[in-house]
Amino acid sequence: MTEPLLEIREVECRFWVSGGLFKAKRALQAVGGVSLALARGEVLGLVGESGCGKSTLARVVLGLLAPTRGTVLFHGEPVAQLGRAALARRVQPVFQDPYSSLNPRKSIGSIIGLPLRVHKVGARSERRARVEEMMDRVGLARRLYHDSPGQLSGGQRQRVAIARALIMRPELVLCDEPTSALDVSVQSQILNLLQDLQREFSLTYIVISHNLAVVEHMATRVAVMYLGRIVEESQTTALFSAPRHPYTQALLSSVLTPEPGLGVPDTHLGIAFPNPLDPPTGCAFHPRCSHAMPVCTERRPVPRHFAGASTACHLYDSA
Amino acid sequence: MTALLKVEGLDVEIPLAIGTLRPVRSVGFEVERGKTLCIVGESGCGKSLTSLAIMNLLPRRARRTAQQLSFAGRDLRGLDERAMADVRGNEIAMIFQEPMTSLNPAFTIGNQLEEALLRHRKVSRKEARARALYLLDKVGITAAAERLAQYPHQLSGGLRQRVMIAMALMCAPKLIIADEPTTALDVTIQAQILHLLAALRREFEMGVMLITHDLGIVARIADRVAVMYAGEIVETGSVEEIFRHPLHPYTQGLLRCIPVPGKTRRGAHLGSIPGMVPSLLGPLRGCSFRNRCSYGFAPCAVETVPLAEVAPGNAYRCLLTPEACALNARVGTAA
Amino acid sequence: MTVESFIGLGERLQPSAAALLRRRVFGHATFVLGAGTLGFILLVALFAPWLAPHDPYAQDLSQRLIPPIWSERGSWTHPLGTDQLGRDYLSRLIYGTRISLLIGTAAMLMSGIIGTTLGVLAGYFGGKVDLAINFIVTTRLAMPIILVALAVAALAGSSLENVILVLGLLLWDRFAVVTRSVTVQIRGLDYVAAAQAVGCSSLRVLTNEILPNIVNAIIVVATLEMANAILLEAALSFLGLGVPSPLPSWGLMIAEGKEYMFFSPWVITIPGLALFTLVLAINLLGDGVRDLSAPESRA
Repeated sequence: MTEPLLEIREVECRFWVSGGLFKAKRALQAVGGVSLALARGEVLGLVGESGCGKSTLARVVLGLLAPTRGTVLFHGEPVAQLGRAALARRVQPVFQDPYSSLNPRKSIGSIIGLPLRVHKVGARSERRARVEEMMDRVGLARRLYHDSPGQLSGGQRQRVAIARALIMRPELVLCDEPTSALDVSVQSQILNLLQDLQREFSLTYIVISHNLAVVEHMATRVAVMYLGRIVEESQTTALFSAPRHPYTQALLSSVLTPEPGLGVPDTHLGIAFPNPLDPPTGCAFHPRCSHAMPVCTERRPVPRHFAGASTACHLYDSA
Repeated sequence: MTALLKVEGLDVEIPLAIGTLRPVRSVGFEVERGKTLCIVGESGCGKSLTSLAIMNLLPRRARRTAQQLSFAGRDLRGLDERAMADVRGNEIAMIFQEPMTSLNPAFTIGNQLEEALLRHRKVSRKEARARALYLLDKVGITAAAERLAQYPHQLSGGLRQRVMIAMALMCAPKLIIADEPTTALDVTIQAQILHLLAALRREFEMGVMLITHDLGIVARIADRVAVMYAGEIVETGSVEEIFRHPLHPYTQGLLRCIPVPGKTRRGAHLGSIPGMVPSLLGPLRGCSFRNRCSYGFAPCAVETVPLAEVAPGNAYRCLLTPEACALNARVGTAA
Repeated sequence: MTVESFIGLGERLQPSAAALLRRRVFGHATFVLGAGTLGFILLVALFAPWLAPHDPYAQDLSQRLIPPIWSERGSWTHPLGTDQLGRDYLSRLIYGTRISLLIGTAAMLMSGIIGTTLGVLAGYFGGKVDLAINFIVTTRLAMPIILVALAVAALAGSSLENVILVLGLLLWDRFAVVTRSVTVQIRGLDYVAAAQAVGCSSLRVLTNEILPNIVNAIIVVATLEMANAILLEAALSFLGLGVPSPLPSWGLMIAEGKEYMFFSPWVITIPGLALFTLVLAINLLGDGVRDLSAPESRA
């Protein structure tokens, strides 16, 4: 039984938000009790809508945010004990917005080479060679070395972000909506690139996306988040062919595939919007769930496991 | 059936210090009453500017010319700003992308809804309020009376967009122009809003012109489609024609780029369109897609490519024959 | 959807940033005017010994209060006349540029360093650091500059160095407030998170990622504070709390000449106009820099 590359154990993130003038601070639980394990070579798709906590979880994994409770472990070692530098060599991010993820005042070569300088890898001359080699691998022309991000297109900038993430050969790459801000024709180029690089460098990915079609294409396993918790986790094909949790079902039925004549489905979700500051009692999804039962307002469902998958829903309590 | 909105030969020019920009070139399409036309294209193709040109909301230094620009039989070109303001919000309503910024944060929802009607009709405030309540209910907002007194920041993105739709409907417009109305919304909310728009269009028999980059939305909601690239319409047709028998290499390329759950093989490369959109500055010759097209040949660089009709309403802008295009679709995954 | 998104020139999206900047800089009237005037004054200050016709400290009581050249009694020996001690006004004016520029620049640099450091730290770390620095800023704002200058003059005497010290240690509040707010905006951007994820220390993030991107804001505040410092020095010298006699500070010249202003108005109008011109030039320069840098701040 090989040890997982990444393990997230009961991670919780609580923020304190001011309640207004003279009012007490209120707790915002962005992430509540999330547990995940990731094996080497896997691509985990993390899906959910705004407010589900996936970006907060990403920051915890990257070491940019300390969880209020729980631990993140790399090869069994807690992240809190790894130094900043050691963690940086394990996991690197690729962010969503190619326009804000690159320092507008630096050159492309400087941006891609930053990790080499910070970790003091190689001599100066070697660094340039390594940067250029990386640029070749991600499909950037070498003559862009001295250009600034403002002179590049969105797709090119995202390639720079990928080059920066991979130049130190991390084990895990965390892609937070890597193509959401790009045009469709560029999106496919970047997705193809990510797939090729994964094979070439034996990478493990976490792909966070609200675009389920992209997740279905890239991921081997999918975890669905709602209001800070994982409601369902499964192998990709299983999740897409037979989703168990009502939210997953609604999410999947909302995917508008480019097939004419099918119309827009009615997801029966109602207009109630989850407020993270004032979450519903029991199961957070019950106000919008068409299968809601009395027990759903009382107790939060515990994840039930079925052969490599898990669902947190009272409908499966008897399983 | 006479078209509700008929556009032909629409051009937009923007003189800049570095040259003249032509972001919209010879654009033409029709929107029929009770039907949805989707204009689809990627960023920079000119689709948003087209809608602004129709409404005469272009930036000051832009110049608009059109061979025909008629709405419900009236020529929009001749209308001065005052007359156009009477049309906007009244007969043609627009819904924009960002529900966060389209509503004025300083006024209540009710106030803004009522104003939308009072600006164009001589009715009492009571009647305006009644209509606002009616429409809020129509767009699926419960507890409408309480909502009227709320401010935009108290509503979620999905709710705000519903309010925007209600506001657009206050004057019972004949045409709705929606520019990326769901791009900023979550997937499940998007589905709800589009479902709502389709239902309302049927009920009120309006024409809808929906601008988007998302081909999934187009497939599910459009009756007719116009594909734009680099300022031009490169293909038009019914939604069946565009998705089942795309002719233009760009349309074909776009459809190959999209992963479809259940259809695209996982682990395989997605189709892609290499290269980038060309510059729209200065004089433009030949086909604007040629630097990214796998099927180009010599005349593509020189000849102006006209829009060629293969069937009524189904046209494409390419020098290849329809048979050659159909063959490409069957054979190719793009380079 | 910006107009710029339509422009695609093959692989390069637009001409290099430097070329665009050059084009805009020289087309911008305010900037050119401000920079030009300031440059001229700077040159005057640098070449003062060669430009000034006389020694600015040389007194000649037989030549007291000679009017400037445009009056009937004026002569080319003293083109701008003389003051009440017979010192050549043109020479004093020329040497006065040195004092104004020196004080303006030194005070601006000192307060800039203090204010920027405090502002960036408060903006980046937030929390308790922010609270503490906020407290310091509030305390500073409660201190009136004139009274502090008075206390310093009483305790340590008035001198050029003391004026620079007082101004440098008191004018940093606007730097702190502005840099803090800009830092807060930048701190949330992805490239800062990326640098942190790469393993950069806080110091490295501050100097490499944050500082280069707030330089524009700093420059604008710097020009404002420089103008402010110059005017304050003139005011302090006028009150006798600034630069001591016989230094040719323009403020001091106005102070010393105020008894003669009805019969020899040039004694106060000439240094007054000089102050006005210098401060105007600096403000125009600041406006120009702000206008030029504003569209660039769009990524």
